[in-house]
Amino acid sequence: MRLVLLCFTAAVCAAAPADELRLAATTSLDNSGLLEYLLPDFERRCRCKVRVVAAGSGKALAFGRNGDVDALITHAPEKEKQFVEDGFGLFRRPVMENDFVLVGPPQDPANAGKYADIAEAFQNLAGKGRFVSRGDDSGTHQKETALWDALGGRPEGKWYVQAGAGMGRTLLMADELRAYTLSDRGTYLAFRGKTANRIVLQNDPRLRNVYSVTPVNPARHPHVRGVLARRFAEWILSAEVQRRIGEYRYFGETLFYPVSAD
Amino acid sequence: MEISAATAEAFRLLFSGEPELWGIIGVSLAVSGAALLAAAPAALVFAYMLARNDFWGRRAVVAVLQGLLSFPTVAVGLILYMLLSRQGPLGAWGILFTPYAMALGQALIAFPVAAVFALSALQKNPPLLRETARTFGAGGLRVFWVEMREARFGLTAALLAAFGRVISEVGCALMVGGNIAHYTRNMTAAIALETGKGLFAEGIALGMVLVLLAVLAGGLLSALQGK
Repeated sequence: MRLVLLCFTAAVCAAAPADELRLAATTSLDNSGLLEYLLPDFERRCRCKVRVVAAGSGKALAFGRNGDVDALITHAPEKEKQFVEDGFGLFRRPVMENDFVLVGPPQDPANAGKYADIAEAFQNLAGKGRFVSRGDDSGTHQKETALWDALGGRPEGKWYVQAGAGMGRTLLMADELRAYTLSDRGTYLAFRGKTANRIVLQNDPRLRNVYSVTPVNPARHPHVRGVLARRFAEWILSAEVQRRIGEYRYFGETLFYPVSAD
Repeated sequence: MEISAATAEAFRLLFSGEPELWGIIGVSLAVSGAALLAAAPAALVFAYMLARNDFWGRRAVVAVLQGLLSFPTVAVGLILYMLLSRQGPLGAWGILFTPYAMALGQALIAFPVAAVFALSALQKNPPLLRETARTFGAGGLRVFWVEMREARFGLTAALLAAFGRVISEVGCALMVGGNIAHYTRNMTAAIALETGKGLFAEGIALGMVLVLLAVLAGGLLSALQGK
């Protein structure tokens, strides 16, 4: 067995390419196809290979903390700031944004659609309709819990279902249970044809969904490709790439709005 | 309602010769094949030793081995992640999120499956076989070979079971492979990805391709073992 492991190590050391950027990207972003559309340009410019590891924001930040990736694109602002403050990230820069939407049954039993304010809608959900939470510490889940916390605490009770699943499966579960859920717009668009649930509330400023880039700090993990990660951050924030992000269409709709203009 | 669409999609995918699909199949076969190659010899020797020797604690070893059959692959992946992470004891290897890490994980998953089934196959050999071989002057290695030959149908089944377990597992492959396109994305990781995107037909089509591959692998092995 030891011999086998040694062979593995030898083979790996021989096979590891010199320039390779490991990017942990949040699942919703990876599923949207934006990275496949953008990254070939970067790979050409830096003559490197970008390996995208898709993981929810919580997991992606853990990968960064352990030094297993070189850069992150996540959407959990508070945790990202903490990550940089703790010295694990070089810096954190917002790249683009879109929004979360409240999705629910078309009949809207809790009348969530009559509110423009997500807090009021949430407050009135309790008891009137079921709510499916991601429950997986992803960026979307953190946004949702922050909204509940602002209302004085996370809900308990049978009507509040914790799925522990990705966004797609959570949307399907909410649909089966005729329940509400908070979704990023991209995944909602991808699953629109598979569910009866529709958007009942959107455009509340509190539903902003900001994606940021964070290069992992090489001072913390010497093997991290710090120069390449920094170059990647500069590239994705450059005017040209920002323009291309704005031009990207997903199911015919604009999905991401660049934010580096300000 | 999408099952028929998925079936059609499976055949379209298979016969369109899409390079993307063949790349994914290639990753699956290379990783699971390497895992089996690494685990099988060790498992066969281990099973032989358990079958032919009686020592103190043998029953406990067999019980643990059998228990490992139920070890969740996602837990194997998690343990391996903690070992291979840069923060972990084997971090210096730098193989996390590579096919090597996936193959290592799958070898660990394949080992108990192959060993348990090989043990049960070897135990069915008549005790006389060994005596007879000895009488004809066979040495230790020769006896080992005779026993393996005698049990070859059961041993083939053991290897197929191990192969089936690793080529269809997703927990460990996702955790230590990272589902990286054209690199560590195997069939099961691709199914997970398509499902996440809401592309169910593609996901089921990939599942069908996986079953077809397993059938082919089984046919190949039984052709190799002869009559």
